[in-house]
Amino acid sequence: MYALAFLAVPIIAVILFSFWTQDFMTLDRTFTLDNYREIAEKPIYTVLLQRSIYVSACVTLVTVILAYPIAYFVSFHVEPGRKSLWLFLITIPFWTSYLIRVFLWKVVLGYNGVVNSGLLGLGLIDEPLSFILYNVNAVIITLAHAFAPFAILPIFVALEKIDRSLLEASQDLGETRFTTFLRVTLPLSMPGLVAAVLIVFIPTIGDYVTPELMGGAGGKLIANMIQVQFRELNNAPLGAALALMAMVSVTAISLVFIFLNRRWLRRQG
Amino acid sequence: MSTLISLSQVEKYYGDYHALRGIDLEIRSGEFFSLLGPSGCGKTTLLRTIAGFEGVSGGAIRIDGKDMAGVPPNLRPTNMVFQSYAIFPHLSVAENVAFGLRRSGLSKTDKARAVTEALEMVGLGGFGKRAAHALSGGQRQRVALARALILKPKVLLLDEPLSALDKKMREQMQVELIKLQRQVGITFILVTHDQEEALVMSDRIAVMFDGEIGQMADPETLYRRPASRRVAEFIGQMNFLQARIVDDAGASLMLEVAGLGRTRVEASQATADARTGACVVGLRPETLGILFEGEAPRLGQEVIDAVVDEVVYYGDMTYYHVHIPGVAEPLKLSMKNITGRPVLDIGTSTRVAWDPRALVLLGG
Repeated sequence: MYALAFLAVPIIAVILFSFWTQDFMTLDRTFTLDNYREIAEKPIYTVLLQRSIYVSACVTLVTVILAYPIAYFVSFHVEPGRKSLWLFLITIPFWTSYLIRVFLWKVVLGYNGVVNSGLLGLGLIDEPLSFILYNVNAVIITLAHAFAPFAILPIFVALEKIDRSLLEASQDLGETRFTTFLRVTLPLSMPGLVAAVLIVFIPTIGDYVTPELMGGAGGKLIANMIQVQFRELNNAPLGAALALMAMVSVTAISLVFIFLNRRWLRRQG
Repeated sequence: MSTLISLSQVEKYYGDYHALRGIDLEIRSGEFFSLLGPSGCGKTTLLRTIAGFEGVSGGAIRIDGKDMAGVPPNLRPTNMVFQSYAIFPHLSVAENVAFGLRRSGLSKTDKARAVTEALEMVGLGGFGKRAAHALSGGQRQRVALARALILKPKVLLLDEPLSALDKKMREQMQVELIKLQRQVGITFILVTHDQEEALVMSDRIAVMFDGEIGQMADPETLYRRPASRRVAEFIGQMNFLQARIVDDAGASLMLEVAGLGRTRVEASQATADARTGACVVGLRPETLGILFEGEAPRLGQEVIDAVVDEVVYYGDMTYYHVHIPGVAEPLKLSMKNITGRPVLDIGTSTRVAWDPRALVLLGG
């Protein structure tokens, strides 16, 4: 019932809106594909969607590549009694609001920020680095940090579930530690890795706070455009159509990813 | 038979805990060798040091003449069957068995043939395509065996391989393992806490207590001539009676045994420490016999009066606890239920025959 009320109804509303048009202050409820035609014809929307997918993919890649070693370390090299302490420490960033963390990254990455003044002070650079603020890179760094715990936890759980004698068996059968990782640990932790990828990838597409604050002029994403359509331009139908496009793209990419992953696992035999 | 594995003065510490205390061991090529002991005695640790999963804190392990110090498990000529079987859940049965063949340099068809042969050898022909997680306990164990034996190791290490199986399956696998070992001719080292299993399967057994080897011998010697009271208690059932050496004539000893009186035994029936200090006499239940109506003691047997204290009926056997005068603890004895023999009631007075040749004199 709750699922219906809080998930299905809004989605149906968005779908309906996307087939209507806004006539200044009133909503024209005749069925039309005009919104989709506009999205297809004007390159700005496609560019924004592509950029969003690119940013999300980068964030996912960076997050998972950074999260896996941390999860691995906590699972394999921290003594059992200390693991919960480590997990607790990993979740500490959640204690401050998401917005505050984004602003803090501005402080760290800004023209007079920690990174730039530090490097200037050391004489390593002559002028502030500009590629780390108000562009796509800044968005990627901030989002990757924000989503790291979401990626670490599922990977950690998957690693914890691996029977340690399987790793010994692999070594006993002639594999080194590294090839054991490739042939046993990685395939067995794959469910956690897939979960981490989806958990990071799906929400980052829809994130508009970080690109708004960190993205500058060239770092705006599809979510910002959807927000603009709904609020500033008062064009909910076009916004709804954009949102639906984004949702369909995310779903399609996720399904392709899961499919490729399954095939890779099957070939591991 | 030549020596395949030799351990000299092997020590293992976990922090302050002294897990292995100066283990000396020689295991011969083609032998079925068992490490037997209660949990925590160090038998699994010893197996894991041979496999290379644990380093040693002192001493040396040599396999086939080569010192194994610093050699990781993947480079040792040993393979292991784990207690949990450690079957890879993401692979099929055939893929599990073929796991170690990746570096073998065999062609795809040779590998497939080797896998088929290995599966047939352990009685799992036609199971190759099954998913590993869909197997029963006994089948998982067979897969683990096939996976290890396909690599033709010099030594197969088995860590309590039968403990997870039910009794019937366990007995069946014991026989199959013995046959398999004879067939492939590979040295097997079995770790078990089940003395019966060790007696049934092994050529030789090392009994371990507290990180030390208490006795190393073939099953019959171990059972009939245990080297200490601890070994005697661990292997099978044993009655103990207080004893005193009255006269030590070198080749034979005159004993004064509580409840049994004076008797003479051969020197070979006594351990060295029993001849110098306090001692007890050990008697196996099956060497004692109730004399039923009309039965007479056999040549060399002595007879004492006894009262039945407890009766445990097992179908093929009946176990009795009997009291004899002068001894507080009842003696355990077992009788075959052959035709014509009644099962006695508690409280029945009877006579018990015993044989001085079946006594062992142990340090106590």
